[in-house]
Amino acid sequence: MKWSIPEDRQYTDEHEWLQVDEKEDTRIVGITDYAQDKLGDVVFIELPASGQTVSLGQSLAVVESVKAVVDVYSPVTGEILRVNQELTEKPELLNEDPYGKGWIAAIKAGDPIQTAKLLTAQGYANLITDLEKEEI
Amino acid sequence: MNAAFPLIFEKDRPGRKGFSLPPCDVPLKPLEELLPQECLRKSRLDLPRLSEVDVVRHYTALSRRNYGVDSGFYPLGSCTMKYNPKINEDVAALAGFASIHPLQGDPTYQGALELLYNMEQCLKEITGMERYSFQTVAGAHGELTGLLIILAYHRSRGEKRNRVLIPDSAHGTNPATVTMTGCEVLQLPSNDKGLVDTATLKAHLDEKTAALMLTNPNTLGLFEKDILEISRLVHEAGGLLYYDGANLNAIMGHCRPGDMGFDVVHLNLHKTFSTPHGSGGPGSGPLGVTARLESFLPYPVTAKDGDRFFLDYQRPRSIGKVHSFFGNFGVVVKAYTYIRMMGARGLKQASDDAVLNANYLLNCLKDIYHVPYRGPCKHEFVLSAKLQKKRGAGAGDIAKALLDYGLHPPTVYFPLIVEEALMIEPTETENKETLDHFVEALKEIAAEIETDPVKIKGAPYSTPVRRLDEVLAARKPVVRWKKEP
Repeated sequence: MKWSIPEDRQYTDEHEWLQVDEKEDTRIVGITDYAQDKLGDVVFIELPASGQTVSLGQSLAVVESVKAVVDVYSPVTGEILRVNQELTEKPELLNEDPYGKGWIAAIKAGDPIQTAKLLTAQGYANLITDLEKEEI
Repeated sequence: MNAAFPLIFEKDRPGRKGFSLPPCDVPLKPLEELLPQECLRKSRLDLPRLSEVDVVRHYTALSRRNYGVDSGFYPLGSCTMKYNPKINEDVAALAGFASIHPLQGDPTYQGALELLYNMEQCLKEITGMERYSFQTVAGAHGELTGLLIILAYHRSRGEKRNRVLIPDSAHGTNPATVTMTGCEVLQLPSNDKGLVDTATLKAHLDEKTAALMLTNPNTLGLFEKDILEISRLVHEAGGLLYYDGANLNAIMGHCRPGDMGFDVVHLNLHKTFSTPHGSGGPGSGPLGVTARLESFLPYPVTAKDGDRFFLDYQRPRSIGKVHSFFGNFGVVVKAYTYIRMMGARGLKQASDDAVLNANYLLNCLKDIYHVPYRGPCKHEFVLSAKLQKKRGAGAGDIAKALLDYGLHPPTVYFPLIVEEALMIEPTETENKETLDHFVEALKEIAAEIETDPVKIKGAPYSTPVRRLDEVLAARKPVVRWKKEP
């Protein structure tokens, strides 16, 4: 596959990834390699404020590329503990390192935990294989 | 670019000038005696110093690098870049229109008010609305004002509705407008034919629904054939329908937003009615409403009392003013000229030809580029360059390559629901030779992508500047020239 899909995290069908940080009991959220590739060069990101609560499916951030402006939906309900402020100065990190330095926010999940339908790396790989097939 | 083409500020030379004043015939007084201290400039104004011929050559050279409808084909989808007849300019330049001021008083510009009044009658007939305001000076300005009227209407009935439904194919201005009013956007997914799905719509309507915003034909160039059912459903739920007039050029004389059930309509005179568009503006986006919303329009509106035309300020339910006086009056004069020159049959013919031209292009190109939503289309259509993208050059590259053919590219990467979108709107004013030239160019580019995509990725080759760094410009914009210290 052309796009990287690390095994150590889960995915939504809206092309966000979510990784559980056991130590901190938080969920780190970002966009997938496939998403950044389809968007093209990211030029701006509007980030939420930390401390804010966010509901599942609500817009967490707005990403603007040379091609489009899209919402990043929160895959989990909870309190935003930290946001990646570095993205404000360097939105290109979303393109260069979507699974690492391009993380968007760390969210402390509420109780009970509410998340979007999450896919495994394999499940997400199947999804984008299907998406690409449809396009032919 | 600067090295090859200095800014006018960089051509500044001390002592050079393009004027000579006669000797002063009144006693000279120092500035300090004439102006208060805080109004006096401490440093030089720093306007560039040049001779007249230097200035003329500078701007002439710039204008020769420009591209407009007068220079060639301009198939920018959703923008209706039709030719602007020169008689529009002649009429707008008449002293009775060009040299008047709104504050000089009604009795002295009856002709101008009569023109506004008559223009309103024309637009009412074309769209099936009850009354128009000319204060709104652009499409998005019309949207905002229209939505404020819709919200005022709901409030007047003691209802609190704050959700606006918008199809996912809509213009980006629609959701932006909704956000500006503090309402919530609910995006409606299009069905597999690219249209609003009535079942999906039904599922999303409730007591919070303030309005549905729609273009018809929609942004894919497809007619929303279920529009009567759509408007019935929205009205039954207590919502109103907003018509984004961006695509009116497809249907003039054939059907009217008012008859489809729309309650509020904005028109883009700078699209449909042949006034300059884009940087050539300014624009005008008149806003029309049905009888039940009439009292909410911005004030003043034009009115007639016997033989006398006047500005009616007595509008207690009005949402207020949204622009000074009458918006861009000169633009209305040009559009009125166009409507009167074309006549009812002419406008219908314009829509016929716009649709014919679009379908001709679609049929010539459908075997080379992917067609995500099958035609026949209305005045525009959307192709996808995803097959070409897989070969190594996508919609953006094709757009750049078209520049080497002396053609303006179509809209790219929009609407968002089509990958690698090329959105093409030829308009009615192009002849077959021009359309064929465009088809040949797109065929050659597609063939080139098969054999040498790298070459297309490097385009354009023949323009004054090659490919600009759009990413850098967006990430680190430099929007103003600063003198180097």
